[in-house]
Amino acid sequence: MIPVLLILVPLLAGLASFFFKNDKAVRSWALIASVVTLVVSVLGLTVMKTTGNLEYSCEWIQSLGSRFSVKLDGMGQLLCLLNAVAYPLVILATWNSSYKKPNNFFALMLLAQAGMMGVFLSTDALLFYFFWELALIPMYFLCSQWGGERRIPVTFKFFIYTFIGSLLMLIGIIYVYAHTKDHSFSMESFYNVSLARKDQYLVFWLMFIAFAIKMPIWPLHTWQPDTYEQAPTATTMILSGVMVKMGLFGVLRWLFPVVPFASFQWGDFVTSAALIGVIYASLIAIKQDDLKRLVAYSSIAHIGLMCAAAFSQNLSGLQGLMIQLFNHGINIIGLWIVVELIERKTGTRKISELGGLAQKAPALAIMLVIVALANIALPLTNAFPGEFLMFNGIFSSHTKYSMWFIVMAGMGIILGAVYTLNMIRKVFYGDTNELTTNTQDIRWNEKLALGMIVVAIFWLGIYPQCILNETASFSAEIAEKIEVVKQYFDK
Amino acid sequence: MNALLLSALLGVIMMFGGILLQSKAAVRNLAIGGLCLLLVVNILEMCGTVFFRFDTRGMMVFDNFALLFNTIAFAATLVYLLLSARDMEKVGINYAEYFALIFFILCGITLTSSFKSLLILFLGIEIISIPLYILTGSDKRNLKSNEASLKYFLLGSFSTGLMLMGIALVYGTSGTFDTTRIGAFTATAPSALMIAGMMMLLFSMAFKASVAPFHFWTPDVYDGAPTVFTSFMATIVKAAVFIAFIRLFDDAFGLQNKQWRLFVGILTVATLFIGNITAVFQQSVKRMLAYSSIAQAGFMMLALYAMNTDAKEGLLLYSAAYSFATIGIFAVLIKMKDYTFEGFNGFAKQQPLLAATTTIFLLSLAGIPLTAGFLSKFYMLKATMANGKNIWLVIFAVLMAAVSVYYYFRVIQAMYFKEGDGHRIEISPAFKWTLVALAALVILLGVYPDLLLRFLYY
Repeated sequence: MIPVLLILVPLLAGLASFFFKNDKAVRSWALIASVVTLVVSVLGLTVMKTTGNLEYSCEWIQSLGSRFSVKLDGMGQLLCLLNAVAYPLVILATWNSSYKKPNNFFALMLLAQAGMMGVFLSTDALLFYFFWELALIPMYFLCSQWGGERRIPVTFKFFIYTFIGSLLMLIGIIYVYAHTKDHSFSMESFYNVSLARKDQYLVFWLMFIAFAIKMPIWPLHTWQPDTYEQAPTATTMILSGVMVKMGLFGVLRWLFPVVPFASFQWGDFVTSAALIGVIYASLIAIKQDDLKRLVAYSSIAHIGLMCAAAFSQNLSGLQGLMIQLFNHGINIIGLWIVVELIERKTGTRKISELGGLAQKAPALAIMLVIVALANIALPLTNAFPGEFLMFNGIFSSHTKYSMWFIVMAGMGIILGAVYTLNMIRKVFYGDTNELTTNTQDIRWNEKLALGMIVVAIFWLGIYPQCILNETASFSAEIAEKIEVVKQYFDK
Repeated sequence: MNALLLSALLGVIMMFGGILLQSKAAVRNLAIGGLCLLLVVNILEMCGTVFFRFDTRGMMVFDNFALLFNTIAFAATLVYLLLSARDMEKVGINYAEYFALIFFILCGITLTSSFKSLLILFLGIEIISIPLYILTGSDKRNLKSNEASLKYFLLGSFSTGLMLMGIALVYGTSGTFDTTRIGAFTATAPSALMIAGMMMLLFSMAFKASVAPFHFWTPDVYDGAPTVFTSFMATIVKAAVFIAFIRLFDDAFGLQNKQWRLFVGILTVATLFIGNITAVFQQSVKRMLAYSSIAQAGFMMLALYAMNTDAKEGLLLYSAAYSFATIGIFAVLIKMKDYTFEGFNGFAKQQPLLAATTTIFLLSLAGIPLTAGFLSKFYMLKATMANGKNIWLVIFAVLMAAVSVYYYFRVIQAMYFKEGDGHRIEISPAFKWTLVALAALVILLGVYPDLLLRFLYY
């Protein structure tokens, strides 16, 4: 029941939003709907956590052997929760932004949420593909309609990029489907299929390209900074906070268990690309003057590290990744909120034009510093346990290059500290100038949104075990599957 | 059998209707009523109620596949008439005759969907083609329309000649017109003469289906013909030709696929490539749709290449998805004064509902999930990839599908994201709601295709 509700609530609320006329009304409606989704999601984690409640399945397209089956498992729980948490935060934090035709804006936002929920929940490959695309279409309209000046070509690039990726993934899905014994798209059949080594390589690349574009990892990342910059900030928050997780999610759910051989064989290659991306993106981030682009590149660096941890394919790396999937979402939404506030209050995003904000907006400054420190994974913040476990995973992974990988990943962390602290220094400290002298501090709704993020940062920094417990069995399953392959190679 | 007789009869009735009925509305209502009757009668036949029974001596077979396609074709024509019948008035004075010609074409379609003999195939193709030549040239004062008609007629006759030659050669070697017996004959001894005949049939059918490199007439004819009739030609007629195509090669030459499969593969790749790449460079939406119809034909060719159960099911779904979406877009296009992409600028502000439905149709053509277009493309890919073969062909096809996103989305971008002066267009509520219903149908088929396909195994 719970998974169906998680999809239905935002879907229906989104469709209803199209018919609203009043700006305030549609905002409140979207906020209420997203809070309801959050409540449902929390219920699924706590009191209604029984197998009967967490699974649903019914006939869909019989002639194809596809069912409408959805399930909340460890990783799904986590990402659905992230998706559910993100929306109220985003709506609250951007309450004061004004949009042309707000009813369409919020309707599309909620539809995107429904799509992403579906991605995280579906246990049928065709259904997964359906939702994968469905999440993309509202995003396309959101970014093209409400974004910055260059929004149309930039969003189109983003769309074409991801669309090519997903079509290739579709071929991969059909390919695996053709080899399943019972001709079904269900996850079990996909997991039980045993492909020849050569077929595995093919399927791996067909599917991984889609996921790599979505994450994005170097060198397929070129759509990302432009899109993040041009999209309306609320959309960027969802894109970077939740949507990019779809890529990593896809790798863990539909790639590793289905083609373990190929995933293991190509692991070093992918890890190298991801880590090159970490350093590359960090170096570019240092030189950025635009706050939005800086955060965008910082996101590439973080995702690259997470991808490397995924391909370390051991329990520690995977568990770290799980924590980080959630935390990165929270932290980056926090960063975007701060960027959005700065832009709205001063009218600029250029770091060189800002300065001295701490004197004028102390609350904002405190929040930013906390979020920024979480972004560079200081102990006590939520990113620390995640990154620690991920580093441990990369270091103890089965490859002979683990030493190199750990050095590269470590470089990324150091560079991350450079650009983040630099940004804080230039934006918040120093002298005020004519743009920043009249800045006012943040309002209560913004304080509330940022406050919740700060609470989450400390809570998960001190007690990450709650996430680890939830995902332990799931990570163990994947690690086990890969372990079999490793042993095969050791012989 | 019901539909075959009735459609011919309705054609004749419409011809006389033009003389007897004074008002255009009466003619239109007669045609729409007749078509509804045709649809109902055909559905009744699917359920087992046959009104007319006569011995075709095994030359035709009304199986579920044929009847289901007839239903799709009639339903699409009904939607087409509901949306665009009013706009035919602008073409010329012979209003009733256009309907008569359309009914004759439908009669030809029932022949091509259910033939068992090469003679019937030939008859069907000719009955489809000749009214089309007339419809293409129906805008008599327009030079482009005349040119298109003449071009279509000359090239079409040539390809018909080729087809006759092919039939003669096949008959000469096998001694029969019956497709099943030809199939049995080719299983044992495919002689050179037989292969030559088969190739001629392949090429002439490829011409009729506007498959590259036999597609050169398509853009000019589609562009030159009055837009109302382009809509009909590019959708229902094209789908019917494909149904005939797959029937012919399944029944008669299915066992001989070694000889033709490579050719069909090459034609498929060429069609996908030329259709999609050329469509990118078009400035007029009408011409873009002409090339898009070539591109979609490339996808339908995949069914021919794969030639299995999935392919046949998929082709039915494809023809429904493609026809409905394209008819919808054309219906909106006809109302526009300016056929260029810029003509659509700011359309969403002026007509939000129309823009939304057009977007759904475009998404369906591009093959985005939740629309019928996605599942029909999916069926094609799945059929082609049965047993994990032909992976490169499939990869090529999806890359071309990604290219198609470019030109379909240009219309969406113009409608939604660009500012336009927007000349007002007059839209009746009936038109609007028909379009909404059609969009709902496209989505319904995209979510639940069994709605259509289960009738195959009724």
